[in-house]
Amino acid sequence: MEILDYGFMQRALLASLMVGLVAPAVGIFLVQRRLSLLGDGLGHVALTGVAVGVLTSTAPVGTALIAAVLGAVLIELVRARGRTSGDVALAVLFYGGIAGGVVLLSLAPRGQATNLDAYLFGAITTTSTDDVATFAVITAIVVTVVWLLGQRLYAVSDDEEYARAVGLPVLALNTVLAALVAATVVLSMRVVGLLLISALMIVPSAIAQLLARSFRQALVLACGLGLVVSVSGTAVSYYTSTPSGGTIVLLAIALFLLVTAAVTLRDVTGHRRHRRRAVIHAAHPHDHGDDCGHPAVLHGDHVDYDHDGHLHAPHPTDAGVHYDEHGRHDITESPAGRSGT
Amino acid sequence: MAIRLRGASIGYGDVPILRDADLTVQRGEAVAVLGSNGSGKTTLVRGVLGLASVLSGVVEVLGHPVGHRGERGRVGYVPQRHTVSGAVPATVREVVGVGRLARLGLFGRPRAADRAAVIDAVAAVGLTDRLKDPVAALSGGQQRRVLVARALAAEPDLLIMDEPMAGVDTASQETLARVLAAVSAGGTTLVVVTHEIGALSGVLTRAVVADHGSIAYDGPLAGALPFSTDGHHHRDDQPMPGGPGPGLDQVHLARSPHRAAGGR
Ligand SMILES: Nc1ncnc2c1ncn2[C@@H]1O[C@H](COP(=O)(O)OP(=O)(O)O)[C@@H](O)[C@H]1O
Ligand SMILES: [Mg+2]
Ligand SMILES: [Zn+2]
Ligand SMILES: [Zn+2]
Ligand SMILES: [Zn+2]
Ligand SMILES: [Zn+2]
Repeated sequence: MEILDYGFMQRALLASLMVGLVAPAVGIFLVQRRLSLLGDGLGHVALTGVAVGVLTSTAPVGTALIAAVLGAVLIELVRARGRTSGDVALAVLFYGGIAGGVVLLSLAPRGQATNLDAYLFGAITTTSTDDVATFAVITAIVVTVVWLLGQRLYAVSDDEEYARAVGLPVLALNTVLAALVAATVVLSMRVVGLLLISALMIVPSAIAQLLARSFRQALVLACGLGLVVSVSGTAVSYYTSTPSGGTIVLLAIALFLLVTAAVTLRDVTGHRRHRRRAVIHAAHPHDHGDDCGHPAVLHGDHVDYDHDGHLHAPHPTDAGVHYDEHGRHDITESPAGRSGT
Repeated sequence: MAIRLRGASIGYGDVPILRDADLTVQRGEAVAVLGSNGSGKTTLVRGVLGLASVLSGVVEVLGHPVGHRGERGRVGYVPQRHTVSGAVPATVREVVGVGRLARLGLFGRPRAADRAAVIDAVAAVGLTDRLKDPVAALSGGQQRRVLVARALAAEPDLLIMDEPMAGVDTASQETLARVLAAVSAGGTTLVVVTHEIGALSGVLTRAVVADHGSIAYDGPLAGALPFSTDGHHHRDDQPMPGGPGPGLDQVHLARSPHRAAGGR
């Protein structure tokens, strides 16, 4: 293939392979923890690190790594103190990081190449051999840590309070996760860009979430999807001469919309098929209860049972219980429960 | 000693909710924590678990001050929360597996014995056939049982449950009572916060009644009944087929317009 004849493309594709694999492996824990924007915040902080690198003529990948990891540790400490809400702490990090980066970069002597766009949105021509080596080390570290601590990171992200109650080192694990996010942000500096890395952490996980049945499955699927969109987006950007980061993210979002549409279609046709068998509702084959497999759902002031996406309201009469239809609902995420009928 | 409170004030931020409480629970005891809504039951157990601040006095768990992580892997906890909520799907086995993690240290991998403990815990709550199903596909009551299994998987020395009976149908309450009886017979200390003693009256022997942030009664379960009036009258006279479901107690359901308009 012609595209592989160029050294810069080989390096760009290698970098995209690594970031595509690693970003979702870390991002899925952020999604689970409902802290999706942490990657974004640390991307902003990394920009300050880049600026320091440019000003002092050191490799910006290294200074960005230091800045992002410091920012990550700082924000976990602030969150653990609990005085400031995580929200405000993130906002300060966001704006402080980007403002610091922009101001510092403006101080760089004229004539020095400071291609801000390439850092923010990715560019395929920028990956150096040194960068590839650094990225390989970061990738190895992140993959090892996720392999070793993945179950604990899951536990803390899923139910922090429970983890604390049973004595898991919550602050340490949260800090490790934040540091992994920081490392991933730096990994993104060349082909994805600091402003877009968060998307590559979150979107593949969001797609996997729609398809997987277990957390492990979701993790593997997200990494696979991340790898595919990252490498193919980088290749496409070579032919279209568009910024690689933007291209990768658009590709990921297109995939997300496609899968969402497919899953919705599947649910809707399943629902319609079910509707046609309306007899079920006249004489429901079982009493809904704790064990029937239909999730119970709070509906206004009473409890209904989620029957493949529409609600059955238990309604006692002289003749026994029957079920009123209370329409469709969108409260539970997954109508994937057994139909039970 | 499983739990020791001496002049303990427990609260949130720097506001004490439970004030100057003394309480000793010996290993192997089975204690009910009773009291009306807002009396401080949850705050009491959260203090013991290190989730609420100890503002003054002493709180010791399994012989260590509450901040100490040493024996925490030996604690099981069922929070006062009705469902499992995670953005990413997880199976019953994965959620219950978390209950075992704290015993393994920071890097320990689960061994055969750990996997067996997880399977046994799921079996104890009667969900073996749902082991590989995503938790989100289970009913509210089943999700509640998943959280019980998570606590059991630790094979805990101290098992703390916050309102495990709320919103669970009678059959599941009896299942839970059987599980707790077995756990208690195995030597585990039980602390169960509850509104309704119901099926648990055969398991729990001692009662602690909280009232407006202090302990109003501590003694045999039978002697606690005059204290446990909380404005919520039990509705045993109005059985609800299929159970009331989660997130709602029976009083609210009985008052709902939908129900009141019944008999069509
Ligand atoms: N996280 C919290 N922060 C501040 N106050 C709280 C918090 N949780 C509970 N409280 C207050 O503590 C009091 C006791 O609550 P709680 O211990 O949950 O009572 P119970 O479990 O007996 O219903 C209530 O007045 C409640 O408003
Ligand atoms: Mg409570
Ligand atoms: Zn049903
Ligand atoms: Zn139906
Ligand atoms: Zn009706
Ligand atoms: Zn309804």
